[in-house]
Amino acid sequence: MEIPYTTSARRDTGLWNSKIGIWLFLASEVMLFGGLFSSYIFLRLGAAPGYWPRGLLNVPVGTLNTAILIASSVTVVLAWAALKMRNFAQYKLFMGITIVCGVIFLVVKLAYEWPQKFVHFGAYIKDDALSKYEAQLGNEYLKSKGITLRNEISGHLLDAPEGSPFAEVAKKNAEHFQHLLHEHGPAHEGHAPVVQTPETDDYVIQLDAINANPTDPGNERPHFLPKELTMQTAVIKAADVKFASMFTPNHNPYFSTYFMITGLHGLHVLAGVLVFIYFWIPGAALYKTNPEHLANRVEVAGLFWHFVDLVWIFVFPLFYLL
Amino acid sequence: MNHSPATDPHQAPDAHTVDHVRRDLKKYIGIGITLLVFTLITVALSYVNFGTIKANFIVAMVVATFKAGLVAAIFMHLMAERWTIYRVLLITAFFVAGLFLLTLLAWYDPISRH
Repeated sequence: MEIPYTTSARRDTGLWNSKIGIWLFLASEVMLFGGLFSSYIFLRLGAAPGYWPRGLLNVPVGTLNTAILIASSVTVVLAWAALKMRNFAQYKLFMGITIVCGVIFLVVKLAYEWPQKFVHFGAYIKDDALSKYEAQLGNEYLKSKGITLRNEISGHLLDAPEGSPFAEVAKKNAEHFQHLLHEHGPAHEGHAPVVQTPETDDYVIQLDAINANPTDPGNERPHFLPKELTMQTAVIKAADVKFASMFTPNHNPYFSTYFMITGLHGLHVLAGVLVFIYFWIPGAALYKTNPEHLANRVEVAGLFWHFVDLVWIFVFPLFYLL
Repeated sequence: MNHSPATDPHQAPDAHTVDHVRRDLKKYIGIGITLLVFTLITVALSYVNFGTIKANFIVAMVVATFKAGLVAAIFMHLMAERWTIYRVLLITAFFVAGLFLLTLLAWYDPISRH
């Protein structure tokens, strides 16, 4: 059966069919992402002080990915315009660039940003034990300045309590850390950092900069360039820990919403790339028989792509900057 | 825009459409550059202390809404669309506003809060 109104407008709607179809779909997408952004607002407003991390994500990488998506939005419009002007070679070029941009975005997300989180460890300290970890939290200093207190010590896990699901990762990290120590030496002359302890009920963490120098005023606000892990370590008793895990969705509400929203967004990018690949290679044959129809198909796929870009325009500041 | 009824698909597009699309090319690139510049502005503004996090939030969301508006108006051609689509979007806007209102209502909890 031939689908009607693929290139000419229906009299009653004034539009060709797929145009109205994609807009109805995008309307449902607005509700989908609207619900998730609602949960972001709700969880963020409800987060206890110190439980919504700021400045945790890599801003230069996020900025780069934003720029890549914007560039791909331009190239997909140019691909459509090329079809409208019946310039097939230019269409292939711009569509190819769009696909490459989408793939780069996904690779950065899945091969760099997410895996980095999965190996980063954080331990929330019980309220009554916070003072024991003053050297890592610096709460006396923060209190004197009227800044939100810290309750988490984070970094790379080097040693985990017996039976911990993170023992394997800790062992690998410890080997890597030993190697670094051997090459570069400890941060402070003569003070070799603890890597593993004989006790079976404590964590050893290679500290993030914020916990290595908690009273450094530079740690009070997010930075554009991410700070490297330090060569300092801290020993934390398992009994003092309220909750500890890698930076996975269950770590805190921030990571739950972060993985949910960027994950769903990533799936949309993947879907867009697959559709574009179809129109780029097998679907491009339609150009020979009905170029206007191909132009309309690309326009509709492009509308979806712009929507994905539009969602990212909000995701980027909400998770990376604020 | 661009609703030329291509009754004969093999036929080349009419000169009017081609002119129209060609004229818009520069606009698309210009909007792309504007969006990139405003991305950098968003990043820069996030490191400016506007007093409270709430104030920084409002600034960031105003810039993001402006950027999203450009994408919707120019790239998605909403500047000049048919009323059918505006109608769909008005209904969406109504329901999405209701959704956010529910979230805020749940948060402020005006019934059980005393």
